[in-house]
Amino acid sequence: MVVVDARGSYCPGPLMEMIKTIKQVEVGETIEVLSSDESSAKDIPEWVKKAGHELVEVKKEDDYWRIVVKKLK
Amino acid sequence: MKSIVIVGGGVAGTITANYLAMRLKDEIRSGDVKVTLISDREKQLYEPGLLYLIFNRFEEEDILRDVKYLLDPQVELKIVRATRIDAESSKIDLEDGSKVEYDYLVIATGSRVVPEDVPGLVESGHWFYNLEGARRLREGLAKFRKGKILVSVMGIPHKCPVAPIEVTFLLHDFYKIHGVRKNVEILYTYPINKVFTMNNVSELVEEMFRERNIGYKTFFNPLEVDAERRVVVTLEGEEEPFDLLIAIPPHKGSQVIIDSGLGDRDGWVPTDRYTLKAEGYDNIYVVGDATNLPVSKAGSVAHFEAEVVAENIAAEVKGLPPTARYFGKAMCFIETGFDQATYIWFDYETPPKPVKPNKFIHWMKIAYNRMYWLTARGIL
Repeated sequence: MVVVDARGSYCPGPLMEMIKTIKQVEVGETIEVLSSDESSAKDIPEWVKKAGHELVEVKKEDDYWRIVVKKLK
Repeated sequence: MKSIVIVGGGVAGTITANYLAMRLKDEIRSGDVKVTLISDREKQLYEPGLLYLIFNRFEEEDILRDVKYLLDPQVELKIVRATRIDAESSKIDLEDGSKVEYDYLVIATGSRVVPEDVPGLVESGHWFYNLEGARRLREGLAKFRKGKILVSVMGIPHKCPVAPIEVTFLLHDFYKIHGVRKNVEILYTYPINKVFTMNNVSELVEEMFRERNIGYKTFFNPLEVDAERRVVVTLEGEEEPFDLLIAIPPHKGSQVIIDSGLGDRDGWVPTDRYTLKAEGYDNIYVVGDATNLPVSKAGSVAHFEAEVVAENIAAEVKGLPPTARYFGKAMCFIETGFDQATYIWFDYETPPKPVKPNKFIHWMKIAYNRMYWLTARGIL
């Protein structure tokens, strides 16, 4: 799993970091995005749906969100 | 003698150098302090002017000035490329083989477009984020009379976040003035789920796009440009045809930052958002586009950051407490046509509230385009 720790970054930083990472990893690979920006929990799943990847998990941890995405194509 | 070195002769570098020269004039005269600016080019480009150059409303002589005439004469100017910054030993290697030592370093190395990072873009696209690209686009726009123009933001962050919106509005007016707007389709695309990063601005712009029959698509992240078929292919699986492509190419930090190991993946320097010190270094400050901060890569940000950095370095040199803090302050004009504009003013805590576009703000912007050189000199 590739971890993108975007905590401390603000919209659209975490989404753009994830998009850059998904371009680089192989199909089937899983990416875990950590974001302290609440809007990521909405924006990232919305993008994942549009781009046709799999949203594995969105979980609120103490003071950040963990969003896990699997690259499908 | 304390040596303060600024690397970069753009907006951030020249303003910081001039503020330092003002605050430390006695120390410089007495030989206790030396301020040096290293620039890899002789002329500074007023980059916001490129937006007007592509519509032939500015010429190159309007937006270029010799760095030596912008700097306080107390600042020593070296026109040479810095090739490596050794932050551990506080030395900078220059392309001519010499080295410069510093007690305080200000990194003002800016950002640059990397169109070559999008396959096919160099062969088939235009951009206006540097002089060479803007010259070519000026020709392209003058000849274009019919077809589809695609304005595509291909990465965030990029310089002047509002410029893609401005160019889109100006295209509308330009072809309206030429009487061919009905033959020209304009489509704007943006990587995230709205047309701009800030909600208030997005709402205003989306409404104005609709009023002007300007199309827009969001969650649009170009992967490549197929030069033969003249389509942009996206990560989301879409293909968008075009007759003229105006890209806002991906941006990266300066090569010297990457080569010195001071940047993140894209070459931005990790920077404390309040003190503007490079993370992990007590004697290195970062101003302007070079930072990794979640603020606009814009001249106004460089200007406001330069005030903080110059105040704190001058305080440290004088043995005073360096208490100035940057709070994310930014100001951007937004041209919404050739005769109207709005503006946004915001910081880390305060979102922008754009006012209704009007002629007065447009005139202010037109006037500021001429007055900018006073800002570079540290006067305005």
